[in-house]
Amino acid sequence: MADGNSSRFFGRSLARVEDDRLLRGQGCFVDDLDIPNVVDIAFVRSPYAHARILSIDVTAARTMPGVVAVYDGASVVDRIKPLTNSEELRVPEGIAALNPVVKIQPAPILAVDEVNYVGQPIAMIVAETRYLAEDALEVIEVEYETLPAVFDMEAALEPDAPLALQGEADNIGVYVRHSIGDVAAGIAAAAAVVEETFATQRYVAAPIETRGMVAQSDPFTGGLMVWSTTQTPHRVRDHVAESIGLSVDEVRVQSVDVGGGFGQKGILVVEELLVPFAAHDMGRAVRWIADRHENLTADAHAREQVHHITLAADADGYLLAVKDRIVVNLGCRNMVGLVVPYNALCHLIGPYKVRNVDLEATGVLTNTTFTSPYRGAGRPEATFAMERAMDRLAAKLRMEPAELRERNLIRPDEMPYRTGLLDRRGLPQEFDSGDYPEMLSRAVDMIGLSEFRQKQELARHEGRHLGVGFALYLEMTGLGPFEGARVEVMPSGRVRLYTGAPSQGQGHRTVFAQLLADALGVNLTNIDVVAGDTASIPYGVGTIASRALVTAGNAINQAGGLLKQRILTHAAEFLEAEVADMQLEGGRISVKGTPAVELSLAELIRIVPKLAGGSGSDGLSETSYFQPPNYATASGLHATIVEVDPATGRLDILDYVVVHEAGRIVNPMIADAQVVGGVGQGIGGALSEHMQYDDQGQPITSTFMDYLIPVSSMVPDIRLDEIVCPSPTNQLGVKGLGEGGAVGPPAALANAVEDALQPFDAIVRSGPLSPSRIRDLVRDPNHS
Amino acid sequence: MKPAPFDYVAARSVEHAVELLAGGTDAKVIAGGQSLMPVLNMRLGRPELVVDIGRLDVLNHVRISDSGALLVGATATQAQVLAHPDVNRGWPLLATAVANIGHPQIRNRGTICGSLAHNDPAAELPATAIVLDATLRIQSSRRIRTVPAEQMFVGPFMTALTPDELLVEAEFPPPPAGAGWSFREFATRPGDFATVGVAVQLVRRDGVVADARLVLFGVGGSAARVHSAEEALTGSSPSRVEDQVRAQLKAELDPADDVHASAGLRRDLAEKLTIDAIAEAWARCA
Amino acid sequence: MSFRGSEGQIHPTTPPLSEPSGWHDISLTVNGEPVSAQVESRLLLTDFLRHRLRLTGTHVGCEQGSCGACSVLLDGVAVRSCLTLAVQANGRDLRTVEGLAGPDEPLTALQQAFHEQHGMQCGFCTPGFLMSLAGLAEHGGTPSSDELDEHLAGNFCRCTGYVNIRKAARQAFGLPGPEEASRG
Repeated sequence: MADGNSSRFFGRSLARVEDDRLLRGQGCFVDDLDIPNVVDIAFVRSPYAHARILSIDVTAARTMPGVVAVYDGASVVDRIKPLTNSEELRVPEGIAALNPVVKIQPAPILAVDEVNYVGQPIAMIVAETRYLAEDALEVIEVEYETLPAVFDMEAALEPDAPLALQGEADNIGVYVRHSIGDVAAGIAAAAAVVEETFATQRYVAAPIETRGMVAQSDPFTGGLMVWSTTQTPHRVRDHVAESIGLSVDEVRVQSVDVGGGFGQKGILVVEELLVPFAAHDMGRAVRWIADRHENLTADAHAREQVHHITLAADADGYLLAVKDRIVVNLGCRNMVGLVVPYNALCHLIGPYKVRNVDLEATGVLTNTTFTSPYRGAGRPEATFAMERAMDRLAAKLRMEPAELRERNLIRPDEMPYRTGLLDRRGLPQEFDSGDYPEMLSRAVDMIGLSEFRQKQELARHEGRHLGVGFALYLEMTGLGPFEGARVEVMPSGRVRLYTGAPSQGQGHRTVFAQLLADALGVNLTNIDVVAGDTASIPYGVGTIASRALVTAGNAINQAGGLLKQRILTHAAEFLEAEVADMQLEGGRISVKGTPAVELSLAELIRIVPKLAGGSGSDGLSETSYFQPPNYATASGLHATIVEVDPATGRLDILDYVVVHEAGRIVNPMIADAQVVGGVGQGIGGALSEHMQYDDQGQPITSTFMDYLIPVSSMVPDIRLDEIVCPSPTNQLGVKGLGEGGAVGPPAALANAVEDALQPFDAIVRSGPLSPSRIRDLVRDPNHS
Repeated sequence: MKPAPFDYVAARSVEHAVELLAGGTDAKVIAGGQSLMPVLNMRLGRPELVVDIGRLDVLNHVRISDSGALLVGATATQAQVLAHPDVNRGWPLLATAVANIGHPQIRNRGTICGSLAHNDPAAELPATAIVLDATLRIQSSRRIRTVPAEQMFVGPFMTALTPDELLVEAEFPPPPAGAGWSFREFATRPGDFATVGVAVQLVRRDGVVADARLVLFGVGGSAARVHSAEEALTGSSPSRVEDQVRAQLKAELDPADDVHASAGLRRDLAEKLTIDAIAEAWARCA
Repeated sequence: MSFRGSEGQIHPTTPPLSEPSGWHDISLTVNGEPVSAQVESRLLLTDFLRHRLRLTGTHVGCEQGSCGACSVLLDGVAVRSCLTLAVQANGRDLRTVEGLAGPDEPLTALQQAFHEQHGMQCGFCTPGFLMSLAGLAEHGGTPSSDELDEHLAGNFCRCTGYVNIRKAARQAFGLPGPEEASRG
C-alpha cells in the first residue's frame, strides 16, 4: 500500500514509459493496425437538418468499383437494436425523487423514415478502400421531403416551435428542478440583486485523432474482435453484444493507443455498433476512421448552454440566494440524459456558501448534432455563469471581485461540507476536503492583484486596456460505480496489471505502474500495464469524468496489496518461514533479518504450481474492485491578466495563473501537464472555438480552417501552484484532475475582458471572445 | 476525405503542359498543391486530369531580369522566394507578404504563382502582385500573353486565366526609387488566412504623395485597389487626408459577415490597418 | 504489408485493383531506402506511407493541411503529406518519423527533449511536431525564438496546451527555456 513509509514511486515526476514507442512512430493507434484484407467504411449522411426520407436507392452504389457491401436503414433495422446509452440515461433513486423528465429516445442505427440533423447516418458503404467507398457515396440516391426544423434551443421551447424529433410531444429531452431554502425570501432581503443571462457557445472536443474502429470476426473462436478509440471499452463491448445479439463473452473490445478523447469518445454512437455488425455479418475485417469533416459535423458536440441566473446578496456581499434557469442544447435527441444538465446544476454554486437555492435545468432537442459530455461536462458552462454573475455582483456592490469571493467561501474547518443539494448519485452532496481561502489568497498574491490595480489605472491613462479576472470552481471527481484492477505475476517474473480504464494520453502506463510498484514492492520497470482490453478483466467503466486515478488507482492499490499478501504467503510456505517475517522489496522476497535467503518473483512463480498450497489456490493473481464511497472534490482557481485592443478586438493574455487542489499527486509532472493541457483547451473555447450552424441547420465551421482550435502562440506559459488536501474518501488520498484545467478559462478570461473594458461599460454575456465579439462589446455594451 | 478519381500527368515541358491543358478535358494544374489539394480532398473540385508542372525545372527560378525586375517561375516555392537575398533587399513588401502566408510547412511547398492562379480572396499574394504592379506571363498552346496583375483577379477564386492557360511566371518590377511600403494583416489565429489585409506603396515627392497604390484584401470580392483613397492621398501628405481616406473606405467597402468576423469588424480593421499602413509606408519613403 | 525482396528493395502492399483512376510507377527513397511502387493518381502521400509502406508513424488529423500531424520531410523540407499526391513523390527523398532514430539507436536529441520535457500526451500529433522541427534543424544553425514559434504554430496539439512542447523544442535547439512553471 502506498503510505508515507513505503512510497518509493508515489509523488515522483517520473518520465513516462509510454514515450519511446510514440516518439519513434511505433505507436499503435486504431488506423495503424495492420489487418489483412481489411475493407473500409464510409457513411452516407443526411444533408438536411430535418426531413422525411421518401426513398433510398443503393443499387447503383452496389455496382461501383471496389464496393463490397452497402447497408441502408431497411437492411439493418431488424438486425441491430437502436442505440441507447443506458448507463448515462439511468436516473438514480435520489434524483428520481425530484421527479425529473428523462426521455428515452434511442438513436436509429441508420435512418429509415426521418433524419433530424445534418450528418445523421443513412447508409453504410463497405469498399476496398476509403477512396472507393467515398466514390460510391455519391451515387446513392435519397429522396427527401423537408420538415420544419428548429436550431435555437430557446426557440425550441416556445409552444408553437417545430418538433425537432417527430412523434415527441415537445422538444424537452430532460428536465429537473432542485430547490433548497427560500429563494424568494433571500431575494427580498437582499441589498443587491443581479439578474443576468450568460451563454456558452457550442464546442467540439475534436481530438487530433478522430473516432475510429476496426472489427474482425474470428473464425477460430467465433467471436468478434473490436479495436477501438473508445474511452469506455467495456460499455462498447456490452452494447455491441446486445445490439447484434451476441453474448458479451463473444465480443472483445480493445482500446489501443488513443489520440485524445476528452469525452467525445466517451459515449457510444451508432457507427460503433454498425462497424462491428458489418464485420460480423460479412465475416471479414472492416475499418471506419472518421474524417475531420465527420468529426466536426457528425460526432458529438458539446457545451451549448444558456443560464438565466439571479444572485442576491446583502450589503456586505454575503450571498443570500441563487436562482438559475439552465437551458442545455441536447441536439437531435436525448443521448446522455441528465449527465451534463445535472452536472451543471450541482456544480453551479461551486465553493460558495448559500442556503437558498433554486435551480432548474432543461435539456432541449434541436435539429443539430447530438451532444456529449466534453472535458468538464457542464462545469465550464456553470462556472462561466456563476463566476460572471459574481463579477457583476461585485461591480454592483463596488467591491473587488476577489474580496466578494473571499467572503462567501466555504472554510476548511467546515469540511466535510454538505450543500443541502443532492449530488449526481442522488445522495446528499458533500465536499470531502479543500482549502478555498488559501487557494484564493495564493492566486491573489501570484497575480499581484494590488500592484495590478495601480498598473491598470496608469495604463488606462495611456489608452491601454488591461483587466484581471478570476474563476473559482470545484469538481466532484472519481465517478463510480466502480473500477477494477487485476494484477498477476507473469512467468518471467514481471508483473502485469489489467484495468478497464484506458489512456487517451493521460499516462496510465506510468502512473498506474507507480501505484502498483509501491503497493507490491517491485520496481516500476518490472510492471506492464494493459488498460482497456475487455478480455483481460471482465468488468470496467472507463476513463471519463476525472475518475481513472481515483477509481482504477485505488483498485490497483487494493489488488497490489492482496497480491503482495499472496506472494508472501506462498513464499513463506516454500521458505518455511512465518508470513509476518516475509518482505517483498525491489522485486525480491526475503525473510526479515536473513537477507541471504531470498527469492525472485520469477523463481516463486515457477515454484507455485508445485507447492501443495494449503489454501488450494495456485497462481499469483488478484482482482479487486474499488467503489468510491463519495466523490473526491478537487478544486481550482484561475487568475489571468489580459490586454484588449478596442480598435481591433485583439486580446493578449499577459499572465495566467492556476492554483489547483487535487489531493495527493502521484506524478507531479503528469498532473501539471494535465492541468496545463486543460487550460489550453479552455483558452481555445474562451477565445476562438465556436461550432456554428447557418439558418438552415447546415454546420458552417466544418473544417479546421473554420473551427479554430488554438495553436501554440495562443496559449501562454501557465504559472502553476498547488495545494494538497488529501481526500478522505479513498486510501490513496487522491482526486481526479483531468478535466479541471478546462473549467476555468472561459470564466476567467471573460471576467478579465470585462474588467479591461470597464470604461465602455461592457458586459460579457457569451463566448467566444473573438475579435468580432470584443468589437461589438466596445461599440454596443449591451450586445450579447 | 479522399479525392474523387482523376488522371495525372507529370508534364515534361511547358509545351507539354499547355498541350495537356488544351486537350479538352477538365484539367487542373498542380505545382505545390497547397491550394488545390484541400479542394480535391474535400471533393469541392473534381477535375478529370491533374497536370503536374512540379518537375519543370525551367519554371523553378527566382532571379533578377536584365531590366532589374524580379522573375518568379511557376514552380518556385514561397520558401524559395523568402530565402532569396535579392527579394528581401529589393522587394521587402513581397518578402513580408510571403512571410505572412500560412506556416513554414505550407510555404515549403506552396508556390507564388499557384497562389496567384488560385486567387483566394483572403490570400496575400494577389494583393501583393497588384500593389507591386506585377505582370503575369501566361502561356497556352495558342499564344503567350502578359496580363497586368490589376486585370488578373476578376473575382473570388476567379482569374483572367482561361482553362487552357498556364501562369508560367510572375514579374515584379523594381519598386520606384525611394518608394515607401507597408504590408499588414490581421488574423484571429496566427498563420490563418487574413481577416483583413492591406498592402500600400507610396512615392513621395516634394513632401507630398506623388503616387499611391493601396490594395485591400479579405474585405469581400477579390483583392483590389481602392482608387478613391489613392486619389485622396495623391498630392497631399497622408496625415492631412486621413479623414478623407477613412471616408473613402467607408464608402467603398462592403464586406460580409462570415464565421470568422462580422462585416463591422472587417470595416474597422480595414480602416485601422490602412491608416497604420499608410503612416508606415510614408515613414519609409526616402 | 510491405516486405523486403531478395534484391533488398521494399515492395509495398498490393494496391486495390478496382481503382478507376490512372496508375503510375514511382521510385523514391524512403528513410534512405529505395522504394518502387505502383500508385493510383489520387493516392495521397499520407495513405501511401501508412497503408502501402506500413510506415504508420505519420498520422492523419485533418486532410486539409491544417493540423500538421502528417508532416514529413520531402527533399529535406517539412511538408504536409496530406496535401501531396504519392505520385508527386516520384524521384524524391522522403523521411518520416521512423527515420529519425533507427530501431536500435537511441532517440535523437529532439525526440529525447520531448520525452524529458513531457512534450507529448497521447502522442498522436507528436510525429508531426518532430518532423516539422527536424525540417527546421536541417537548415542548420540555431533558429531564433520567433522562427521556432512560427514553426510550432504550424502543428496542432489538443492535449498539452503546447507549454511543454515549447520547452522541448527550446531544449532541442539549445534556446533558453520559457520561465519555468513554478510549483509552490
